[in-house]
Amino acid sequence: MSMNRQGRVSRPEGETAANTETFTGNRALMLEEPLIFEIGNEHTTGVDLPYPPLDFEGKGTAREASGGGAAGVAGGLTPAAPPPPSAVPLPEQARGGFEGLLRTRPIGLPGLSEPEATRHYTRLSRQNYAIDLGLFPLGSCTMKHNPRLNEKVARLPGFADVHPLQPQETVQGAYALIYLVADWLCKLTGMPAVAMSPKAGAHGELCGLLAIRSALEARGDMRSVVLVPESAHGTNPATAAFAGYAVENIPATPEGRVDFEALKRRLGPDVAAVMITNPNTCGLFERDMKRIADAVHAAGAFVYCDGANFNAIVGRVRPGDLGVDAMHINLHKTFSTPHGGGGPGSGPVVFSAALAPFAPLPFVEKQGDHYHLVEEETAEEHHAHSFGRMVAFHGQMGMFTRAAAYMLSHGADGLRQVSEDAVLNANYILRSLDDLLDAPFGDSGPCMHEALFSDDGMAEGFTTLDIAKGLIDEGFHPMTMYFPLVVHGAMLVEPTETESKANLDQFIGALRSVAARAKNGDPSLKAAPHFAPRRRLDETLAARKPVLVWKDPEVAQAAE
Amino acid sequence: MRYLPLTPVDRSAMLQAVGASSVDDLFVDVPAEARLSGPIAGLPNHASELSVERQLAALARQNTVAGEVPFFLGCGAYRHHVPATVDHIIQRGEFLTAYTPYQPEIAQGTLQMLFEFQTQVARLLGCDVANASMYDGSTACWEAITMARRITRRAKALISAGLHPHYVSVAKTMARFTGDELHTALPELEAATDIDTLIGQIDGDTSCVVVQYPDILGRVADLSELAARAHEKGALLVAVVTEPVALGLLKSPGEMGADIVVGEGQSIGVGLQFGGPYVGLFACKEKFVRQMPGRLCGETVDAEGKRGFVLTLSTREQHIRREKATSNICTNSGLCALAFSIHMTLLGEKGLRGLAELNHAGAVAAAERLARVPGVELVNGSFFNEFTLKLSKEARPLVRRLADRGILAGVSLGRLYPGVDALEHGLVVAVTETTTPEDVEALAAALQEDLA
Repeated sequence: MSMNRQGRVSRPEGETAANTETFTGNRALMLEEPLIFEIGNEHTTGVDLPYPPLDFEGKGTAREASGGGAAGVAGGLTPAAPPPPSAVPLPEQARGGFEGLLRTRPIGLPGLSEPEATRHYTRLSRQNYAIDLGLFPLGSCTMKHNPRLNEKVARLPGFADVHPLQPQETVQGAYALIYLVADWLCKLTGMPAVAMSPKAGAHGELCGLLAIRSALEARGDMRSVVLVPESAHGTNPATAAFAGYAVENIPATPEGRVDFEALKRRLGPDVAAVMITNPNTCGLFERDMKRIADAVHAAGAFVYCDGANFNAIVGRVRPGDLGVDAMHINLHKTFSTPHGGGGPGSGPVVFSAALAPFAPLPFVEKQGDHYHLVEEETAEEHHAHSFGRMVAFHGQMGMFTRAAAYMLSHGADGLRQVSEDAVLNANYILRSLDDLLDAPFGDSGPCMHEALFSDDGMAEGFTTLDIAKGLIDEGFHPMTMYFPLVVHGAMLVEPTETESKANLDQFIGALRSVAARAKNGDPSLKAAPHFAPRRRLDETLAARKPVLVWKDPEVAQAAE
Repeated sequence: MRYLPLTPVDRSAMLQAVGASSVDDLFVDVPAEARLSGPIAGLPNHASELSVERQLAALARQNTVAGEVPFFLGCGAYRHHVPATVDHIIQRGEFLTAYTPYQPEIAQGTLQMLFEFQTQVARLLGCDVANASMYDGSTACWEAITMARRITRRAKALISAGLHPHYVSVAKTMARFTGDELHTALPELEAATDIDTLIGQIDGDTSCVVVQYPDILGRVADLSELAARAHEKGALLVAVVTEPVALGLLKSPGEMGADIVVGEGQSIGVGLQFGGPYVGLFACKEKFVRQMPGRLCGETVDAEGKRGFVLTLSTREQHIRREKATSNICTNSGLCALAFSIHMTLLGEKGLRGLAELNHAGAVAAAERLARVPGVELVNGSFFNEFTLKLSKEARPLVRRLADRGILAGVSLGRLYPGVDALEHGLVVAVTETTTPEDVEALAAALQEDLA
């Protein structure tokens, strides 16, 4: 036995007992955390409000009514108790029709003190995987490093504490920022116009399709069908339907690209648009993009490009040179704004000259040194064809500031390097694994920013899901699984450019190890993950008996 | 470049490993004429962190910051004090840099938070269930109209004149393409809302009535009668809340019978941010849940029987149902939902109620003070923290003149309803806990001088 001078044992001893249950259910740093409804209550608050409220010359006073006393300056901070609910003062005029509307029953919102709340959310955060923790190779999601400079500039009061309806003279810098990002997006895509207001990628798709439909209607051409490749993101057909179109699939060739001949055959007077993802979701560049665009245009239709995968070509290829009419850009992918556990995103849409007149309102225009917002009232003069407004106010300003910081940091030269490194990293993964994993389009040439594998060759009963869960135990977030639909058990790996070679090598090693276990039928893999905060979750139960809100067990029981 | 870890040595080793002689070989599928040979023209090259910060700070400085002047703007975006804890937590990398929780075993933090958020929102709005957020209030409002169409199989929506004009505008844009029939009207500078008019318009073809609570002029009205009359005719009541703090004091729309309640959650936890990102709230009665748009988080158990959370009922969603999905929404407002939820947890029932009372009392005091200015008349018969003044002069140029004097006086109805003569004297003024007596005095004095 080894001891230090105080007699404290300084070497591990005793039996390793990984399965010992703890009193708390915690496992050291892996901490279980109840719901706020189980730890908070209606009487606790973590906010000290600035009582008493406004008071003017003793008129209509909240302070008198609430018995707040004469001490303290109105509006200042005092520890005084809040006014009792019944004492809310209303002038005669404002009281009309109001009393019956005051809440009489509790809402059921638990409060926590600040330390409790901080701990609750900090504990929850530690049950999440994140880019800040490691490689996050979700294909078509472009999980790259989120620079903290972005966060810093987005919080400058001049951007963060500005109201969207302030007089235009008071927000010239904000308009200038929007204009700056718009200008970069136009130049990077080689397109003449951009709509900045769409809130996310799917919203951008909608923006593009509405512009297309408006352009067609403007020439009296009512078309009813949008063509979407089988490998498209689910948002593409959903958006086309949302915009009022019937959706038809176009098949892929055996090499994983759009079947140009099949597409050409389907084109006709009823086809409004073709939605194409380029690079596509098999990780391949659509070589025929220009020919497709020419054929689509010749048939009187438009080309919508899903720009989710723009990271593969940013700075090296401009979609405008390939005949694209509209394309959304996910600022939360290519331009590094954070995904935040599912948003917010931002999906500006660039437009060709043919569609630019139909772009939505509002947008920022520059005249000399002055910026102004083109809204409904000013649009009639020189933007009469706009299809209208898609969203209140004018888009995801907080994402524009972050994207601007990213763009300026990289510059034109850095962005070119971004796509080069993203593509190089993906090819490195593809070629380091294609001897072990089936790469269905591995012979179709180099991949772009993502590498696609199938679950072909796994042991009986072993699938992509097992490989994904095995990767979790190895400390990695899994790749996109079961998408695109054109490949059985698809595994779509997008490393992005912000991974070092050492990280890639470790990931490759881990994936090889897990894939080998799946090929050998290792039963422990079927039960993975073993080391995550939770084991595999019962999704069927969740869907069959949906529990979408918390209910007090006692109340719920009493109700039954 | 500081964000790119590959070294030149790495790059050449990797190129060799993939069998390419140069990186250009990897772009061989791009048509030659579309391959650019160098950096795109007309854009600067990379810059240091210091330089970028300076450039962007220079733009930020050109804006008048709400917190630095007397400030009274609302109309769908409100300036509230957000506790420092909120911004600290949402900047934790595990929340900030996580993706949509598609792998639930390593996303329980986000999922549990969403479950808590859904419960908070459902309770606040008075509904059985809520989803994991929408983009914002305006898009949530349109989604509610389409949901009502799916449920009732009718396509005529009656839109209250008190609905935020941007929300109306969004709905009009969409309805033009979907074929929905929208009945809209302009608000009038009157004490009461248009509830009675709406009641008279409901008929057997009406899918839903859409009403904002409090409305765009700040007026508050009981929705119970409207809900009952809508239900009699087989129509739904859709309520829109753009200032959720109001629900700390006022009965929720759900309590009054609304079937779908949507809202803009920006007031709680999310700053003004010049209009976005915000967070759309979406709640409804349980029986309609399968017609809801957007993500839903649900409770379940893991292989060891421990409670856990997953995204569920995804057969409504685009990644499963594609063109048959209830909506095309994918990315929502996860991080803003987190901010909302943290702020709401810090407030709790007691804090929210106190905050609402504080806002209302402040607004009452401010309305009284401002209504004493000659040439100023209070329009509202009721209000929460926002009210409309009828000025003796046109409001829009007045707002600009006051901005020149360093006072952001509110939102003129001329800005929201350009060209509508009957509204051009209207000014909507919002008062929150951030408004000081000095701010109100400054506005009163400036109004008095300008209107004299």
